[in-house]
Amino acid sequence: MTTTTPDRLVDLDEVLTRYEPVIGLETHVELGTVSKMFCGCSTTFGAEPNTQTCPVCLGLPGSLPVANAAAVEHTIRIGLALGCRIASWSRFARKNYFYPDIPKGFQTSQYDEPLCTAGHLDVEVDGETYRVEIERVHLEEDTGKNLHVGGATGRIHGADHSLVDFNRAGIPLVEIVTRPIPGTGAKAPEVARAYVTELREIVQALGASDVRMEQGSLRCDVNTSLAPTGSLEWGTRTETKNVNSLRSVERAVRYEMRRQAAVLDAGGRVLQETRHFHEDTGSTSPGRSKEEATDYRYFPEPDLVPLAPDAEEVEKLAAGLPELPAARRVRLQEEWGLSATEMAWLVNADALGLVTDTVAAGASPAEARKWWLGELARRANDAGVELGDLAVTPRQVAELTALVADGTINDQLARQTLDGVLAGEGDPRQVVEARGLAVMGESDELVAAVEAAIAGAPDVVEKVRGGKVAALGALVGAVMKTTRGKADAATVRRMLEERVVGS
Amino acid sequence: MSRPEHAELTDLDAAELGRRLSAGEVSSVEATRAYLDRIEAEDGAVGAYLHVDTDAALERAAAVDAARAAGEELGPLAGLPVALKDVFVTEGVPTTSGSRILEGWRPPYDATVTRRLKDAGTVLLGKTNMDEFAMGSSTENSAYRVTRNPWDLARIPGGSSGGSSAAVAGGLAPWALGTDTGGSIRQPAAVTGLVGHKPTYGSVSRYGLIAFSSSLDQAGPMARTVLDAAVLHEAIGGHDPRDSTSIDAPLPPLAECARRGAAGDLTGLRVGVVRELGGEGHADGYEEGVLARVAEAVQLIEGMGAEVREVSCPSFDLALPAYYLIAPSEASSNLARFEGMRFGIRVADDGRHDLDEVMALTREQGFGPEVKRRIILGTYALSAGYYDAYYGQAQKVRTLITRDFTAAFADVDVLISPTTPSVAFPIGSRVDDPLAMYAADLCTLPASLAGLPATSVPCGLSDGLPVGLQIMAPALADDRCYSLAAAVEAALDSARGHRLLDELPTRAGAAS
Repeated sequence: MTTTTPDRLVDLDEVLTRYEPVIGLETHVELGTVSKMFCGCSTTFGAEPNTQTCPVCLGLPGSLPVANAAAVEHTIRIGLALGCRIASWSRFARKNYFYPDIPKGFQTSQYDEPLCTAGHLDVEVDGETYRVEIERVHLEEDTGKNLHVGGATGRIHGADHSLVDFNRAGIPLVEIVTRPIPGTGAKAPEVARAYVTELREIVQALGASDVRMEQGSLRCDVNTSLAPTGSLEWGTRTETKNVNSLRSVERAVRYEMRRQAAVLDAGGRVLQETRHFHEDTGSTSPGRSKEEATDYRYFPEPDLVPLAPDAEEVEKLAAGLPELPAARRVRLQEEWGLSATEMAWLVNADALGLVTDTVAAGASPAEARKWWLGELARRANDAGVELGDLAVTPRQVAELTALVADGTINDQLARQTLDGVLAGEGDPRQVVEARGLAVMGESDELVAAVEAAIAGAPDVVEKVRGGKVAALGALVGAVMKTTRGKADAATVRRMLEERVVGS
Repeated sequence: MSRPEHAELTDLDAAELGRRLSAGEVSSVEATRAYLDRIEAEDGAVGAYLHVDTDAALERAAAVDAARAAGEELGPLAGLPVALKDVFVTEGVPTTSGSRILEGWRPPYDATVTRRLKDAGTVLLGKTNMDEFAMGSSTENSAYRVTRNPWDLARIPGGSSGGSSAAVAGGLAPWALGTDTGGSIRQPAAVTGLVGHKPTYGSVSRYGLIAFSSSLDQAGPMARTVLDAAVLHEAIGGHDPRDSTSIDAPLPPLAECARRGAAGDLTGLRVGVVRELGGEGHADGYEEGVLARVAEAVQLIEGMGAEVREVSCPSFDLALPAYYLIAPSEASSNLARFEGMRFGIRVADDGRHDLDEVMALTREQGFGPEVKRRIILGTYALSAGYYDAYYGQAQKVRTLITRDFTAAFADVDVLISPTTPSVAFPIGSRVDDPLAMYAADLCTLPASLAGLPATSVPCGLSDGLPVGLQIMAPALADDRCYSLAAAVEAALDSARGHRLLDELPTRAGAAS
């Protein structure tokens, strides 16, 4: 254990002085098909355990698989979007191993005859482009989900029994495997993250999956290795399993680089092993050693006929691909008049889609960007949720900017309005109405508040009249306070000047 | 042994029983009860069934009778009893595949062929014994009981569909379904004097057939006459969207071909006799009596106008080793699902054994020795470093065998051979010698590996025991098998003056 988990990690900057990282990613995407990969069962997330099952996905004796044509099509489209070669003849294979969550004693997957091969994906980090080579894109079925009962952590360790939910068993899964990615240096963690981000955008744009990492519909295994700088051979890699957020992808690579460097510095050897990522500490620990010795005894699945997508069909799918994220970014950057850096911020904040939808709902690109990257990003951060998971829709944000633009509310009132929207009180207009948040005109109430402020602070009035005009701010503040921010500050200032200075 | 009431109904072939049912001369309940009574009286000695579904059978029979009485339009099979090899899943009815590991399992669904037979109005009598997971040629590998050959109770009924062959030959079912992976329909049919047909791979659905070797398994009919076999085949055959290897093409008119074939005019038919299956230089291990009956059948066929020639298929010599790599490889994977987690027995789940141990002990106790042998063999053949030398090489042999067939069928319409090198052997005589047991499939393996249709039709007796003639045809030309089989059957029946099964000692004894 001491050899794989050193006491001290090496600082990242220091790692780069002695070592070169090579990373690689295996990404699993659960396809958003209506039915499972090999049977007609529903794929809806969150149903009661084992209610979406049948003899096929339970692996009952005698049952047989039939491939889901929609899943095959999605896989080919993903392959096309990644510039892959689409095989004219491809087969499923059986990956044999025993585990309770695989009902048949094998997973139906693809081995040496995948649907798509040899593609690439360009990703950008800090203005620099990195080409990630895609080795293969293949189709397989998901496993069931084990539920360990009785333990403190929900992990198998310490549990007194385990249950299996087969609702997930047989959901179509696309696996996208990169070739090893060398040459990223200090940017390795960011490149890994940028790759997954970009891949997710593509899959989303294709409508192939809802790619929700927190629900497991996009899962990443991250491979990391270090080699001494200048070495011609790559180091031994570790595979960190099921890294479940974009941030975690970056952290997992960073942690492994720092850990492996410490192991190597101490004269140790990096073990080729599977490791688990821990969200809470950002560290990894060795997984079960079971995987190392397994011979999966792959062989062509005799229950399924080969997939033979004909060229014409593939061409039709290629022609039908939607605008891909990279092209879309170029277009939007131009349309919105943004700099490359501004665009990069939007993408990094995972806000491009939200801003696009907000603009589509009528907001100006500048306003939409300001809200999502500013106030809303802050709130998501405070709440510890993803931006897209905030309880506010792009349409509501657009409505909010419209209310500010027409002077119904000011920025401060807009923030209060947002409080109401996030609290589920309805659309911005409804919240403004219900909470009485509209900006006050030169009403009797405001006149009364202004006069009360003047009467309540004769010393301030004296100072102002004595030439210290800046002291007026205290009076503005007092009025804003009595009107609970609903007054328009400029109007208040003008009214105060009229009464204190101008008379 | 005194004969139960209506016992004569159980001597009829299915076509005649069906005619009487349609004509209202006999009710389905009477026919079903006649079979159930005979099973009750005689199956103790024969051992054909693993489960007799008495109550449900009588209920179904009564329902068919009621429908008929109400004037409903019924199909030609309505009310006819049938037996199913225990490899087919049957909703709510115990299904074991002859294995201890599935003891007590009642499937929640029907196999496609089960469903089709139900929809045709047939009455399921019960599930027949078999070699465990269809691995064997004598039914001695059943985890449950020994099945005896009605021709000689000291001998095997063939296998793996030996329960079905014993039931149909012994008058315990009018017809039955078997499955054939390397000969498991044809060989038991041959040694019990029945007609058995392995359809073209993909022409009968495998959905709900507990898999032994997925690329070889085919369900098919076992019957007392060629016509019955053809009719039963038509009832179960045809495309099934639940089986992606199922061929989407209509079946040829099999029953019609069987009827026409019985006329015996074989003019213009080109028949090839496979040298490598018992011919000159390849007769080692073949019994003389078997070769003599087959030679007579060849003469008979020639006499009916066919053009007969010898054909060489050199790769057939490699069929046995190739088969015993491919089938166990697939089986090792197909049988992985039997680990005690979701169905069947579970062993050592006592809190003191971990998951891997529970799975291992369940398999240790649930599987018999032949199944374990093949799982180990198949696991080895698929392992890293051995795959190419074994599984990969066997697949190449499979291609060569297919090419031999293709070349042969350029010159002839059908190929013939003995179905099996010997007549039924004594129970226990080969259980300790797996290779001798495997040799029973020598003649049936090539058609299995090539996915081609093949029929076994009785061609006489050797030392009082039935001999089968195998007829092989190109893919989807199952009709040719039935035509020629019907001609042979009709000619032999007419020469002999009665059916071969009438010479069955138990039946002859009972009739006197």
